[in-house]
Amino acid sequence: MSCRPASRVQTSIKGLFAIGECNFSDHGANRLGASALMQGLADGYFVLPYTIQNYLSDQITVPHFSTDTPEFDAAEKKVQANLDHLMSIHGKRSVDSIHKELGNVMWDYVGMARTKESLETALKKLKELRKEFETNLFIPGTQEGMNVELDKAFRLRDFITMGELIAYDALNRHESCGGHFREEHQTEEGEAKRDDENFFYVACWKYNGDDETAPTLIKEPLHYEAIKVQTRNYKS
Amino acid sequence: MDTSISFKLKVWRQANAHAEGRFETYEMRDIPTDTSFLEMMDILNEQLIEKGEEPVTFDHDCREGICGMCSLYVNGHPHGPATGATTCQLYMRRFKDGDTITVEPWRSAAFPVIKDLMVNRNAFDQIQQAGGYVSFQTGGAQDANAIPISKDAADEAMDSATCIGCGACVAACKNGSAMLFLSAKVSQFALLPQGRAEAKRRVKAMLAKMDELGFGNCTNTGACAAECPKNIKLSNIARLNREFLCAKCSD
Ligand SMILES: Cc1cc2nc3c(=O)[nH]c(=O)nc-3n(C[C@H](O)[C@H](O)[C@H](O)COP(=O)(O)OP(=O)(O)OC[C@H]3O[C@@H](n4cnc5c(N)ncnc54)[C@H](O)[C@@H]3O)c2cc1C
Ligand code: SF4
Ligand code: FES
Repeated sequence: MSCRPASRVQTSIKGLFAIGECNFSDHGANRLGASALMQGLADGYFVLPYTIQNYLSDQITVPHFSTDTPEFDAAEKKVQANLDHLMSIHGKRSVDSIHKELGNVMWDYVGMARTKESLETALKKLKELRKEFETNLFIPGTQEGMNVELDKAFRLRDFITMGELIAYDALNRHESCGGHFREEHQTEEGEAKRDDENFFYVACWKYNGDDETAPTLIKEPLHYEAIKVQTRNYKS
Repeated sequence: MDTSISFKLKVWRQANAHAEGRFETYEMRDIPTDTSFLEMMDILNEQLIEKGEEPVTFDHDCREGICGMCSLYVNGHPHGPATGATTCQLYMRRFKDGDTITVEPWRSAAFPVIKDLMVNRNAFDQIQQAGGYVSFQTGGAQDANAIPISKDAADEAMDSATCIGCGACVAACKNGSAMLFLSAKVSQFALLPQGRAEAKRRVKAMLAKMDELGFGNCTNTGACAAECPKNIKLSNIARLNREFLCAKCSD
Protein backbone atom coordinates (compact mmCIF):
# COMPACT_ATOMS: atom_id res chain seq x y z
CA MET A 1 0.00 0.00 0.00
CA SER A 2 1.38 3.39 -0.78
CA CYS A 3 0.21 6.94 -0.37
CA ARG A 4 1.61 9.99 -2.12
CA PRO A 5 0.49 13.59 -1.74
CA ALA A 6 -0.33 13.63 -5.46
CA SER A 7 -2.92 10.93 -4.79
CA ARG A 8 -4.85 13.39 -2.57
CA VAL A 9 -4.02 11.34 0.55
CA GLN A 10 -5.87 8.37 -0.88
CA THR A 11 -3.83 5.17 -0.64
CA SER A 12 -3.37 2.67 -3.43
CA ILE A 13 -6.45 0.98 -1.95
CA LYS A 14 -9.36 2.97 -3.38
CA GLY A 15 -11.42 4.68 -0.71
CA LEU A 16 -8.80 4.17 2.00
CA PHE A 17 -7.47 7.58 2.97
CA ALA A 18 -4.35 8.02 5.08
CA ILE A 19 -4.16 11.22 7.10
CA GLY A 20 -2.16 12.35 10.08
CA GLU A 21 0.58 10.24 11.55
CA CYS A 22 0.02 7.20 9.33
CA ASN A 23 0.57 9.31 6.19
CA PHE A 24 4.21 10.00 5.61
CA SER A 25 3.76 12.78 3.06
CA ASP A 26 5.30 15.39 5.37
CA HIS A 27 7.94 12.96 6.47
CA GLY A 28 11.08 14.60 7.66
CA ALA A 29 9.10 17.62 8.79
CA ASN A 30 6.96 15.35 10.97
CA ARG A 31 8.76 14.76 14.27
CA LEU A 32 12.23 15.71 13.13
CA GLY A 33 12.18 19.19 14.57
CA ALA A 34 8.64 20.13 13.51
CA SER A 35 5.23 19.17 14.81
CA ALA A 36 3.45 15.89 14.26
CA LEU A 37 0.23 17.27 15.70
CA MET A 38 0.36 20.04 13.12
CA GLN A 39 0.34 17.44 10.38
CA GLY A 40 -2.84 15.91 11.77
CA LEU A 41 -4.42 19.35 11.97
CA ALA A 42 -3.26 20.38 8.50
CA ASP A 43 -4.60 17.18 6.95
CA GLY A 44 -7.89 17.51 8.80
CA TYR A 45 -8.46 21.24 8.27
CA PHE A 46 -7.02 21.93 4.88
CA VAL A 47 -6.43 18.75 2.90
CA LEU A 48 -9.31 16.36 3.53
CA PRO A 49 -12.12 18.89 2.95
CA TYR A 50 -10.82 19.26 -0.60
CA THR A 51 -10.03 15.64 -1.35
CA ILE A 52 -12.34 13.21 0.39
CA GLN A 53 -15.48 14.96 -0.87
CA ASN A 54 -14.57 14.12 -4.45
CA TYR A 55 -14.44 10.50 -3.49
CA LEU A 56 -17.56 10.59 -1.34
CA SER A 57 -19.69 12.47 -3.88
CA ASP A 58 -20.37 9.41 -6.03
CA GLN A 59 -20.42 6.94 -3.13
CA ILE A 60 -24.08 7.70 -2.55
CA THR A 61 -24.92 5.43 -5.46
CA VAL A 62 -22.87 2.51 -4.12
CA PRO A 63 -25.01 -0.06 -2.31
CA HIS A 64 -24.05 -1.40 1.13
CA PHE A 65 -21.56 -4.23 1.05
CA SER A 66 -22.80 -7.64 1.98
CA THR A 67 -20.72 -10.03 4.09
CA ASP A 68 -22.30 -12.83 2.08
CA THR A 69 -19.40 -13.11 -0.35
CA PRO A 70 -16.72 -15.72 -1.00
CA GLU A 71 -14.06 -13.06 -0.21
CA PHE A 72 -15.55 -12.44 3.23
CA ASP A 73 -15.81 -16.17 3.91
CA ALA A 74 -12.18 -16.71 2.91
CA ALA A 75 -10.99 -13.84 5.13
CA GLU A 76 -13.05 -15.12 8.06
CA LYS A 77 -11.70 -18.64 7.63
CA LYS A 78 -8.15 -17.32 7.59
CA VAL A 79 -8.62 -15.36 10.82
CA GLN A 80 -10.25 -18.36 12.48
CA ALA A 81 -7.38 -20.63 11.38
CA ASN A 82 -4.90 -18.13 12.84
CA LEU A 83 -6.78 -18.09 16.13
CA ASP A 84 -6.95 -21.87 16.28
CA HIS A 85 -3.26 -22.12 15.51
CA LEU A 86 -2.22 -19.69 18.26
CA MET A 87 -4.40 -21.43 20.84
CA SER A 88 -3.08 -24.86 19.89
CA ILE A 89 0.67 -24.18 20.18
CA HIS A 90 0.67 -24.96 23.92
CA GLY A 91 4.32 -24.03 24.32
CA LYS A 92 6.16 -22.63 27.31
CA ARG A 93 6.71 -18.92 26.61
CA SER A 94 4.40 -16.01 27.42
CA VAL A 95 3.68 -13.33 24.81
CA ASP A 96 5.44 -10.75 26.99
CA SER A 97 8.65 -12.76 27.29
CA ILE A 98 8.95 -13.05 23.49
CA HIS A 99 7.98 -9.40 23.11
CA LYS A 100 10.79 -8.38 25.47
CA GLU A 101 13.26 -10.50 23.53
CA LEU A 102 12.15 -8.77 20.33
CA GLY A 103 12.76 -5.43 22.03
CA ASN A 104 16.26 -6.48 23.01
CA VAL A 105 17.13 -7.62 19.47
CA MET A 106 15.90 -4.32 18.03
CA TRP A 107 17.71 -2.30 20.67
CA ASP A 108 21.00 -4.16 20.39
CA TYR A 109 21.24 -4.63 16.61
CA VAL A 110 18.79 -2.26 14.90
CA GLY A 111 19.28 0.83 17.08
CA MET A 112 19.95 4.28 15.74
CA ALA A 113 23.57 3.31 14.94
CA ARG A 114 23.57 0.14 12.87
CA THR A 115 26.05 -1.75 10.70
CA LYS A 116 25.81 -4.39 7.98
CA GLU A 117 26.91 -7.02 10.51
CA SER A 118 24.48 -5.95 13.23
CA LEU A 119 21.57 -5.91 10.79
CA GLU A 120 22.41 -9.35 9.42
CA THR A 121 22.62 -10.66 12.97
CA ALA A 122 19.25 -9.07 13.70
CA LEU A 123 17.60 -10.71 10.69
CA LYS A 124 18.92 -14.09 11.78
CA LYS A 125 17.73 -13.58 15.35
CA LEU A 126 14.32 -12.34 14.21
CA LYS A 127 13.82 -15.47 12.11
CA GLU A 128 14.62 -17.59 15.17
CA LEU A 129 12.27 -15.47 17.25
CA ARG A 130 9.42 -15.98 14.79
CA LYS A 131 10.03 -19.72 15.00
CA GLU A 132 9.97 -19.51 18.80
CA PHE A 133 6.68 -17.60 18.57
CA GLU A 134 5.12 -20.10 16.18
CA THR A 135 6.23 -23.20 18.11
CA ASN A 136 6.74 -22.33 21.77
CA LEU A 137 4.06 -19.76 22.62
CA PHE A 138 1.55 -20.36 25.40
CA ILE A 139 -1.84 -18.65 25.43
CA PRO A 140 -3.85 -19.47 28.53
CA GLY A 141 -7.66 -19.42 28.56
CA THR A 142 -9.95 -19.77 25.58
CA GLN A 143 -10.93 -17.93 22.42
CA GLU A 144 -14.32 -16.99 23.90
CA GLY A 145 -14.75 -13.64 25.65
CA MET A 146 -11.90 -11.35 26.61
CA ASN A 147 -8.44 -12.89 26.26
CA VAL A 148 -5.75 -10.25 26.53
CA GLU A 149 -2.92 -12.74 25.85
CA LEU A 150 -4.49 -13.76 22.55
CA ASP A 151 -4.97 -10.11 21.61
CA LYS A 152 -1.31 -9.36 22.41
CA ALA A 153 -0.14 -12.42 20.44
CA PHE A 154 -1.76 -11.09 17.26
CA ARG A 155 0.03 -7.78 17.70
CA LEU A 156 3.34 -9.38 18.58
CA ARG A 157 3.33 -11.34 15.35
CA ASP A 158 2.92 -8.05 13.49
CA PHE A 159 5.68 -6.47 15.59
CA ILE A 160 8.10 -9.25 14.59
CA THR A 161 7.25 -8.68 10.92
CA MET A 162 7.61 -4.93 11.44
CA GLY A 163 10.98 -5.38 13.15
CA GLU A 164 12.17 -7.51 10.27
CA LEU A 165 10.98 -4.91 7.78
CA ILE A 166 12.94 -2.19 9.57
CA ALA A 167 16.05 -4.39 9.50
CA TYR A 168 15.65 -5.25 5.78
CA ASP A 169 15.25 -1.59 4.92
CA ALA A 170 18.19 -0.47 7.06
CA LEU A 171 20.40 -3.17 5.54
CA ASN A 172 19.47 -2.09 2.05
CA ARG A 173 20.10 1.61 2.62
CA HIS A 174 23.86 2.02 2.30
CA GLU A 175 23.93 5.59 3.56
CA SER A 176 23.09 7.49 6.72
CA CYS A 177 20.07 9.78 6.75
CA GLY A 178 17.65 11.12 9.38
CA GLY A 179 17.25 8.63 12.20
CA HIS A 180 19.09 5.94 10.22
CA PHE A 181 22.82 5.99 11.01
CA ARG A 182 24.90 3.36 9.26
CA GLU A 183 28.26 3.46 11.02
CA GLU A 184 30.00 2.66 7.73
CA HIS A 185 28.64 5.90 6.27
CA GLN A 186 29.75 8.90 8.29
CA THR A 187 31.84 11.99 7.76
CA GLU A 188 35.17 12.47 9.44
CA GLU A 189 33.37 14.40 12.16
CA GLY A 190 30.98 11.53 12.82
CA GLU A 191 27.98 13.13 11.09
CA ALA A 192 25.51 11.25 8.88
CA LYS A 193 26.71 10.90 5.29
CA ARG A 194 23.92 10.71 2.69
CA ASP A 195 24.23 9.20 -0.74
CA ASP A 196 21.63 11.05 -2.80
CA GLU A 197 22.88 9.59 -6.04
CA ASN A 198 21.82 6.08 -5.10
CA PHE A 199 19.27 6.45 -2.33
CA PHE A 200 17.15 9.46 -3.19
CA TYR A 201 13.91 7.53 -2.90
CA VAL A 202 11.29 6.36 -0.44
CA ALA A 203 11.49 2.61 0.05
CA CYS A 204 8.26 0.62 -0.15
CA TRP A 205 8.44 -3.08 0.59
CA LYS A 206 6.06 -5.49 -1.04
CA TYR A 207 5.26 -8.67 0.85
CA ASN A 208 5.22 -11.83 -1.19
CA GLY A 209 2.55 -13.94 0.38
CA ASP A 210 4.13 -14.97 3.65
CA ASP A 211 6.48 -13.57 6.28
CA GLU A 212 9.21 -16.11 5.62
CA THR A 213 9.98 -14.81 2.12
CA ALA A 214 11.96 -11.58 1.97
CA PRO A 215 9.87 -8.65 0.70
CA THR A 216 10.79 -6.92 -2.55
CA LEU A 217 11.78 -3.29 -2.80
CA ILE A 218 9.74 -0.74 -4.71
CA LYS A 219 11.39 2.65 -5.07
CA GLU A 220 9.25 5.76 -4.97
CA PRO A 221 11.37 8.65 -6.26
CA LEU A 222 11.40 11.99 -4.42
CA HIS A 223 10.59 15.23 -6.25
CA TYR A 224 11.12 18.61 -4.66
CA GLU A 225 9.87 21.65 -6.53
CA ALA A 226 10.18 24.54 -4.11
CA ILE A 227 13.27 23.65 -2.12
CA LYS A 228 16.83 22.62 -2.86
CA VAL A 229 17.83 19.48 -0.98
CA GLN A 230 20.74 20.16 1.34
CA THR A 231 22.62 18.56 4.19
CA ARG A 232 21.37 19.69 7.57
CA ASN A 233 24.06 21.66 9.28
CA TYR A 234 23.89 22.53 12.96
CA LYS A 235 27.15 24.43 12.97
CA SER A 236 26.68 27.53 10.86
CA MET B 1 14.44 1.45 53.67
CA ASP B 2 13.74 -2.07 52.37
CA THR B 3 14.71 -2.54 48.75
CA SER B 4 12.17 -5.32 48.29
CA ILE B 5 8.99 -6.41 50.02
CA SER B 6 6.81 -9.49 50.27
CA PHE B 7 3.06 -9.22 50.67
CA LYS B 8 -0.34 -10.82 50.11
CA LEU B 9 -2.27 -9.68 47.07
CA LYS B 10 -6.06 -10.11 47.21
CA VAL B 11 -7.32 -9.75 43.65
CA TRP B 12 -10.89 -9.72 42.36
CA ARG B 13 -11.37 -12.44 39.73
CA GLN B 14 -14.49 -12.54 37.60
CA ALA B 15 -14.80 -14.49 34.33
CA ASN B 16 -17.26 -12.08 32.69
CA ALA B 17 -20.02 -9.56 33.42
CA HIS B 18 -22.53 -12.25 34.36
CA ALA B 19 -20.28 -14.62 36.30
CA GLU B 20 -19.97 -14.48 40.06
CA GLY B 21 -16.73 -12.88 41.20
CA ARG B 22 -14.46 -13.77 44.13
CA PHE B 23 -11.19 -12.74 45.72
CA GLU B 24 -8.10 -14.84 45.01
CA THR B 25 -5.07 -14.45 47.24
CA TYR B 26 -1.56 -14.54 45.83
CA GLU B 27 1.71 -14.47 47.77
CA MET B 28 4.10 -11.99 46.21
CA ARG B 29 7.75 -12.46 47.20
CA ASP B 30 10.71 -10.08 47.03
CA ILE B 31 9.18 -7.39 44.87
CA PRO B 32 11.61 -4.45 44.51
CA THR B 33 10.10 -1.28 45.98
CA ASP B 34 10.92 0.70 42.83
CA THR B 35 8.56 -1.57 40.86
CA SER B 36 5.44 0.25 39.70
CA PHE B 37 2.10 -1.20 40.74
CA LEU B 38 1.31 -2.30 37.18
CA GLU B 39 4.78 -3.87 36.77
CA MET B 40 4.03 -5.81 39.95
CA MET B 41 0.80 -7.01 38.29
CA ASP B 42 2.87 -7.99 35.23
CA ILE B 43 5.16 -10.06 37.49
CA LEU B 44 2.12 -11.77 38.99
CA ASN B 45 0.76 -12.51 35.51
CA GLU B 46 4.07 -13.90 34.28
CA GLN B 47 4.09 -16.22 37.30
CA LEU B 48 0.50 -17.31 36.66
CA ILE B 49 1.22 -18.03 32.98
CA GLU B 50 4.30 -20.02 33.99
CA LYS B 51 2.02 -22.19 36.13
CA GLY B 52 -0.38 -22.59 33.20
CA GLU B 53 -3.04 -20.41 34.85
CA GLU B 54 -4.99 -17.48 33.43
CA PRO B 55 -3.40 -14.08 34.10
CA VAL B 56 -5.35 -11.29 35.79
CA THR B 57 -7.01 -9.07 33.18
CA PHE B 58 -6.56 -5.35 33.84
CA ASP B 59 -6.65 -2.23 31.68
CA HIS B 60 -3.58 -0.12 31.03
CA ASP B 61 -2.03 1.73 28.15
CA CYS B 62 0.32 4.73 28.49
CA ARG B 63 1.61 3.92 32.00
CA GLU B 64 2.48 7.57 32.48
CA GLY B 65 -0.74 9.07 33.79
CA ILE B 66 -2.19 10.47 30.58
CA CYS B 67 -4.60 7.95 29.08
CA GLY B 68 -6.88 7.10 32.03
CA MET B 69 -6.99 3.36 31.38
CA CYS B 70 -5.52 1.93 34.60
CA SER B 71 -8.78 1.65 36.50
CA LEU B 72 -7.76 -0.27 39.63
CA TYR B 73 -9.30 0.15 43.07
CA VAL B 74 -6.39 -0.42 45.46
CA ASN B 75 -6.96 -0.76 49.22
CA GLY B 76 -10.30 0.99 49.00
CA HIS B 77 -9.15 3.92 46.85
CA PRO B 78 -9.53 4.36 43.10
CA HIS B 79 -5.92 4.59 41.82
CA GLY B 80 -4.67 3.57 45.27
CA PRO B 81 -3.41 5.54 48.25
CA ALA B 82 -1.39 8.22 46.41
CA THR B 83 -3.10 11.56 45.76
CA GLY B 84 -2.95 13.32 42.39
CA ALA B 85 -1.68 10.14 40.73
CA THR B 86 -3.02 7.29 38.65
CA THR B 87 -2.50 3.58 39.40
CA CYS B 88 0.29 3.44 36.83
CA GLN B 89 2.08 6.21 38.75
CA LEU B 90 1.84 4.27 42.01
CA TYR B 91 5.02 2.53 43.21
CA MET B 92 5.49 -0.39 45.58
CA ARG B 93 7.49 1.81 47.98
CA ARG B 94 4.06 3.02 49.16
CA PHE B 95 3.52 -0.40 50.75
CA LYS B 96 5.17 -2.28 53.60
CA ASP B 97 6.60 -5.75 53.96
CA GLY B 98 3.89 -8.12 55.20
CA ASP B 99 1.00 -5.93 53.94
CA THR B 100 -2.19 -7.32 52.45
CA ILE B 101 -3.06 -5.35 49.31
CA THR B 102 -6.60 -5.56 47.95
CA VAL B 103 -7.24 -4.89 44.26
CA GLU B 104 -10.74 -4.50 42.86
CA PRO B 105 -12.31 -3.19 39.66
CA TRP B 106 -14.28 0.09 39.50
CA ARG B 107 -17.64 -0.83 40.97
CA SER B 108 -20.49 1.10 39.40
CA ALA B 109 -23.67 0.14 37.58
CA ALA B 110 -22.65 2.22 34.57
CA PHE B 111 -19.25 0.45 34.30
CA PRO B 112 -19.96 -3.30 34.01
CA VAL B 113 -17.05 -5.68 34.61
CA ILE B 114 -15.68 -7.20 31.39
CA LYS B 115 -13.26 -9.52 33.12
CA ASP B 116 -11.41 -9.47 36.46
CA LEU B 117 -10.31 -5.84 36.94
CA MET B 118 -11.28 -4.61 33.49
CA VAL B 119 -14.53 -2.64 33.24
CA ASN B 120 -16.43 -1.20 30.29
CA ARG B 121 -16.20 2.59 30.43
CA ASN B 122 -17.90 3.06 27.09
CA ALA B 123 -20.58 5.14 28.87
CA PHE B 124 -18.01 7.96 29.12
CA ASP B 125 -17.44 7.81 25.36
CA GLN B 126 -21.17 8.10 24.83
CA ILE B 127 -21.36 11.17 27.06
CA GLN B 128 -18.49 12.72 25.12
CA GLN B 129 -20.16 11.93 21.81
CA ALA B 130 -23.31 13.66 23.03
CA GLY B 131 -21.54 17.03 23.17
CA GLY B 132 -17.89 16.96 24.22
CA TYR B 133 -16.62 18.67 21.10
CA VAL B 134 -16.75 21.94 19.16
CA SER B 135 -17.94 22.23 15.56
CA PHE B 136 -16.36 24.63 13.12
CA GLN B 137 -15.77 25.19 9.45
CA THR B 138 -12.64 23.70 7.99
CA GLY B 139 -10.80 25.43 5.17
CA GLY B 140 -9.49 28.96 5.66
CA ALA B 141 -7.47 29.65 8.78
CA GLN B 142 -8.76 32.06 11.46
CA ASP B 143 -6.58 34.91 12.59
CA ALA B 144 -4.99 33.50 15.73
CA ASN B 145 -5.43 36.65 17.85
CA ALA B 146 -8.87 37.75 16.64
CA ILE B 147 -10.55 36.92 19.97
CA PRO B 148 -8.52 37.71 23.11
CA ILE B 149 -8.85 35.21 25.98
CA SER B 150 -7.94 36.16 29.54
CA LYS B 151 -5.13 34.30 31.25
CA ASP B 152 -7.49 33.25 34.08
CA ALA B 153 -10.00 31.72 31.65
CA ALA B 154 -7.25 29.99 29.69
CA ASP B 155 -5.76 28.54 32.88
CA GLU B 156 -9.12 27.34 34.23
CA ALA B 157 -10.03 25.79 30.89
CA MET B 158 -6.66 24.06 30.75
CA ASP B 159 -7.08 22.74 34.31
CA SER B 160 -10.46 21.21 33.49
CA ALA B 161 -9.11 19.83 30.22
CA THR B 162 -6.61 17.72 32.18
CA CYS B 163 -9.42 15.25 33.04
CA ILE B 164 -8.29 11.95 31.53
CA GLY B 165 -11.71 10.29 31.66
CA CYS B 166 -10.50 7.53 33.98
CA GLY B 167 -13.77 7.15 35.89
CA ALA B 168 -12.25 7.26 39.39
CA CYS B 169 -14.78 9.95 40.31
CA VAL B 170 -17.65 7.58 39.50
CA ALA B 171 -15.98 4.69 41.31
CA ALA B 172 -15.41 6.83 44.42
CA CYS B 173 -18.94 8.25 44.51
CA LYS B 174 -21.52 6.56 46.75
CA ASN B 175 -24.14 7.51 44.15
CA GLY B 176 -22.08 6.42 41.14
CA SER B 177 -22.41 9.93 39.73
CA ALA B 178 -20.35 11.13 36.77
CA MET B 179 -20.77 14.84 37.63
CA LEU B 180 -17.07 15.63 38.13
CA PHE B 181 -16.12 14.11 34.77
CA LEU B 182 -19.02 15.81 33.03
CA SER B 183 -18.34 19.16 34.65
CA ALA B 184 -14.71 19.05 33.57
CA LYS B 185 -15.70 18.29 29.99
CA VAL B 186 -18.35 21.02 29.94
CA SER B 187 -16.07 23.57 31.65
CA GLN B 188 -13.14 23.21 29.28
CA PHE B 189 -15.38 24.52 26.49
CA ALA B 190 -17.70 26.80 28.49
CA LEU B 191 -14.74 28.93 29.54
CA LEU B 192 -13.53 29.61 26.01
CA PRO B 193 -15.19 31.60 23.20
CA GLN B 194 -14.83 28.65 20.81
CA GLY B 195 -17.10 26.63 23.10
CA ARG B 196 -19.75 29.26 23.72
CA ALA B 197 -21.57 28.84 20.39
CA GLU B 198 -22.79 25.36 21.30
CA ALA B 199 -22.71 25.76 25.09
CA LYS B 200 -26.45 25.43 25.72
CA ARG B 201 -26.98 22.48 23.48
CA ARG B 202 -23.84 20.79 24.84
CA VAL B 203 -24.67 20.93 28.53
CA LYS B 204 -28.22 19.69 28.02
CA ALA B 205 -27.24 16.87 25.70
CA MET B 206 -24.39 15.63 27.89
CA LEU B 207 -26.47 15.72 31.07
CA ALA B 208 -29.36 13.92 29.39
CA LYS B 209 -26.96 11.24 28.17
CA MET B 210 -25.47 10.83 31.65
CA ASP B 211 -28.92 10.31 33.18
CA GLU B 212 -29.90 7.88 30.44
CA LEU B 213 -26.81 5.71 31.03
CA GLY B 214 -27.59 4.99 34.66
CA PHE B 215 -25.15 7.23 36.53
CA GLY B 216 -26.41 8.44 39.91
CA ASN B 217 -27.22 11.97 41.08
CA CYS B 218 -24.77 14.31 42.76
CA THR B 219 -25.19 15.01 46.49
CA ASN B 220 -22.10 17.25 46.77
CA THR B 221 -20.21 14.73 48.90
CA GLY B 222 -16.89 15.57 47.24
CA ALA B 223 -15.37 12.05 47.24
CA CYS B 224 -14.83 12.47 43.49
CA ALA B 225 -12.58 15.52 43.82
CA ALA B 226 -10.71 13.93 46.74
CA GLU B 227 -9.87 10.86 44.66
CA CYS B 228 -9.42 12.43 41.21
CA PRO B 229 -5.87 11.74 39.98
CA LYS B 230 -5.87 15.04 38.08
CA ASN B 231 -7.18 17.16 40.98
CA ILE B 232 -10.22 18.33 39.04
CA LYS B 233 -11.92 20.88 41.26
CA LEU B 234 -15.41 20.52 42.73
CA SER B 235 -16.15 24.11 41.60
CA ASN B 236 -16.51 22.71 38.07
CA ILE B 237 -19.75 21.06 39.23
CA ALA B 238 -21.05 24.48 40.32
CA ARG B 239 -20.19 25.82 36.86
CA LEU B 240 -21.94 22.87 35.24
CA ASN B 241 -25.11 23.51 37.28
CA ARG B 242 -25.02 27.19 36.37
CA GLU B 243 -24.52 26.39 32.68
CA PHE B 244 -27.45 23.98 32.81
CA LEU B 245 -29.76 26.40 34.61
CA CYS B 246 -28.98 29.18 32.13
CA ALA B 247 -29.53 26.84 29.20
CA LYS B 248 -32.88 25.66 30.62
CA CYS B 249 -34.06 29.18 31.44
CA SER B 250 -33.49 30.34 27.89
CA ASP B 251 -35.42 27.40 26.41
C1 LIG C 1 3.98 10.07 23.92
C2 LIG C 1 3.80 10.90 22.68
C3 LIG C 1 4.10 12.26 22.73
C4 LIG C 1 3.95 13.05 21.59
N1 LIG C 1 4.22 14.37 21.69
C5 LIG C 1 4.03 15.17 20.61
C6 LIG C 1 4.25 16.58 20.70
O1 LIG C 1 4.60 17.13 21.75
N2 LIG C 1 4.06 17.35 19.60
C7 LIG C 1 3.65 16.80 18.42
O2 LIG C 1 3.47 17.52 17.47
N3 LIG C 1 3.44 15.46 18.30
C8 LIG C 1 3.61 14.63 19.36
N4 LIG C 1 3.39 13.28 19.24
C9 LIG C 1 2.92 12.74 17.97
C10 LIG C 1 1.45 13.07 17.75
O3 LIG C 1 0.77 12.98 18.98
C11 LIG C 1 0.84 12.08 16.76
O4 LIG C 1 1.56 12.12 15.56
C12 LIG C 1 -0.62 12.46 16.45
O5 LIG C 1 -1.36 12.52 17.63
C13 LIG C 1 -1.23 11.43 15.53
O6 LIG C 1 -2.57 11.79 15.28
P1 LIG C 1 -3.45 10.95 14.27
O7 LIG C 1 -4.82 11.53 14.34
O8 LIG C 1 -2.76 10.88 12.97
O9 LIG C 1 -3.41 9.47 14.84
P2 LIG C 1 -3.94 8.93 16.28
O10 LIG C 1 -4.16 10.04 17.24
O11 LIG C 1 -3.00 7.84 16.63
O12 LIG C 1 -5.36 8.39 15.88
C14 LIG C 1 -5.58 7.14 15.29
C15 LIG C 1 -6.95 6.71 15.74
O13 LIG C 1 -7.36 5.54 15.03
C16 LIG C 1 -8.02 4.68 15.92
N5 LIG C 1 -7.96 3.32 15.36
C17 LIG C 1 -6.90 2.50 15.24
N6 LIG C 1 -7.28 1.35 14.66
C18 LIG C 1 -8.59 1.45 14.41
C19 LIG C 1 -9.56 0.56 13.83
N7 LIG C 1 -9.24 -0.62 13.38
N8 LIG C 1 -10.83 0.99 13.73
C20 LIG C 1 -11.18 2.23 14.17
N9 LIG C 1 -10.32 3.10 14.74
C21 LIG C 1 -9.04 2.70 14.86
C22 LIG C 1 -7.25 4.83 17.22
O14 LIG C 1 -8.03 4.42 18.32
C23 LIG C 1 -6.98 6.33 17.23
O15 LIG C 1 -8.01 7.06 17.84
C24 LIG C 1 3.51 12.46 20.37
C25 LIG C 1 3.21 11.10 20.33
C26 LIG C 1 3.36 10.32 21.47
C27 LIG C 1 3.03 8.84 21.39
S1 SF4 D 1 -12.69 14.04 36.76
FE1 SF4 D 1 -10.81 13.12 37.55
S2 SF4 D 1 -11.48 11.11 38.33
FE2 SF4 D 1 -13.11 11.85 36.98
S3 SF4 D 1 -12.65 10.98 34.97
FE3 SF4 D 1 -11.70 13.02 35.03
S4 SF4 D 1 -9.61 12.62 35.74
FE4 SF4 D 1 -10.77 10.77 36.22
S1 FES E 1 -2.04 3.56 32.08
FE1 FES E 1 -2.46 5.51 31.15
S2 FES E 1 -3.06 6.70 32.87
FE2 FES E 1 -2.42 4.86 33.77
